[in-house]
Amino acid sequence: MQALYAQLLVGLINGSFYALLSLGLAVIFGMLNIINFAHGALYMMGAFVAYFLLNLGGINYWWALLIAPVIVGIFGMILERTMLQWLTGLDHLYGLLLTFGIALIVQGLFQNYFGSSGLPYAIPDELKGGMNLGFMFLPIYRGWVVIFSLVVCLATWFLIEKTRLGAYLRAATENPTLVRAFGINVPRMITLTYGLGVGLAALAGVLSAPINQVRPLMGADLIIVVFAVVVIGGMGSIMGSIITGFALGVIEGLTKYFYPEASNTVVFVLMVLVLLVKPTGLTGRAA
Amino acid sequence: MTVVTDDTLKAPPRAMRDEMIVFVAMTLLLASVPFTGIYPFFVMQALCFALLACAFNLLIGYGGLLSFGHAMFLGTAGYCSAHALKVWGLPPELGILVGVAAAFVLSIVTGYVSIRRQGIYFSMITLALSQLLYFIYLQAPFTHGEDGIQGIPQGRMFGVLDLSKPTILYYVVLVGFLGGFLLIYRIINSPFGEVLKSIRENEQRAISLGYRTDQYKFLAFILSGTLAGFAGSLKVFVAQNASLTDVHWSMSGEVVLMTLVGGLGTIFGPVVGAFVIIAMQQYLASFGQWVTVIQGAIFVICVLTFRRGVVGEIAHYFRRSL
Repeated sequence: MQALYAQLLVGLINGSFYALLSLGLAVIFGMLNIINFAHGALYMMGAFVAYFLLNLGGINYWWALLIAPVIVGIFGMILERTMLQWLTGLDHLYGLLLTFGIALIVQGLFQNYFGSSGLPYAIPDELKGGMNLGFMFLPIYRGWVVIFSLVVCLATWFLIEKTRLGAYLRAATENPTLVRAFGINVPRMITLTYGLGVGLAALAGVLSAPINQVRPLMGADLIIVVFAVVVIGGMGSIMGSIITGFALGVIEGLTKYFYPEASNTVVFVLMVLVLLVKPTGLTGRAA
Repeated sequence: MTVVTDDTLKAPPRAMRDEMIVFVAMTLLLASVPFTGIYPFFVMQALCFALLACAFNLLIGYGGLLSFGHAMFLGTAGYCSAHALKVWGLPPELGILVGVAAAFVLSIVTGYVSIRRQGIYFSMITLALSQLLYFIYLQAPFTHGEDGIQGIPQGRMFGVLDLSKPTILYYVVLVGFLGGFLLIYRIINSPFGEVLKSIRENEQRAISLGYRTDQYKFLAFILSGTLAGFAGSLKVFVAQNASLTDVHWSMSGEVVLMTLVGGLGTIFGPVVGAFVIIAMQQYLASFGQWVTVIQGAIFVICVLTFRRGVVGEIAHYFRRSL
């Protein structure tokens, strides 16, 4: 039973990363119509920035949680301004290829300087240790990751679905020309949205740094699973991304307990099954 | 989904003659390789990738479908051929047949699943499917995991052609490549190819004209996957092994890069692109991970400034279709 709970927890943690990443992808896709292939690389950058902040600047985890997404977000906004914006009006395909190229450059550079092995990042003192819940032992840091990312996801959902800024954003997604006519600076909004999506990826990176090691390819393998999550959930709704992300993490965790051989592939198998039954994905609109 | 090609930019006169001249020149050039000092292994490898890129281009350049999982056909056919040759002891021609048949079946299954979604969703699904296969091959006993299938006997094709002789192997691979290339050329210039192009330009209109576009795309997917498998089977004889690198998604990325560099939707583009990228990897191998950075930079440059690719730019300059 202990092992089952442990796998469920691992599943929930992976689910938090899936949710944060697919949420960022959904936000970016909504405004820029681009599948951000660089998302995994930017997630990795988040973890590395946290590592640098700690080891070069002596800046601790809590500040990194705030600063790293901002730094990587600014990097993302520069990318958007210098490259991505030139693709407006072109086919989706070119956005995918461009961001794929960016991902290769970023990952290649990090591999050059840091090799492929992992760098350790210590769990902050406040979150060390664990507590006994009676039925299982919960490492505090892992519990923190699940709760914190859930809060961030819901906050993003609230920002986009319930605030005025979010309303502008959704309107600009539907009809940028009209929104522009109302005097809203749509290009700036697009840049900021990209920054937000990228920031979410970087935040996931910081959260993951103490659990998984900080490695140049940490995002490369994860991003494909996240793509499968996106296909399963569809990108029609923000809430859909969040729920699908967590749910698939849990399913993956359960598979690891009951049938470990399939744990790598269960998400992809689910994707195939969902596509056979409902080609648009669970919450998706038609592409 | 619109790909920038010459067809979309301007309608040049149909220039079968130009294409024939270039084809003959290419054939002569490739046929003369053993008489020059060029390392034949390099050219053979490039030919296999060129065929793979041509097969991939059939799907994206003419059907507008960006598959990000074409490595799965290359790898699957490679593993199946290698297994048939080494464990079952089949002769080369039957080994190739087994690989191609495996790719054919795989393309039917994956095509059925992926063709239901369009655009970038299609790309993501193909990518996820190929990653699924990657994990299966990683764990399946017959692929020998990280080691791959090694030391594959080359044997005698049709009982006469001794493939362990480099020159004979070279010409067999060349004939295989040219055969695949001509088949793709024929498909593109058939009524089927014309319908595919119309789907690429405007799918809604093709539907309104009464074409069942899903079936056309499905068939294009099967043809492309099977031909990509053929490239994988040929590659087994060149490399004498089948390994996980051929199934990994970075291989799919390389195929996309080759086609993009050469020119999406051009007939000769993927061939040129494959040679450029393979040569680059060969000569830059000592730079380690910088190769990845350079490949990424080429991606970015191509997408931002050079969307027609090498052949596309040349063809555009001379206002020809190549």
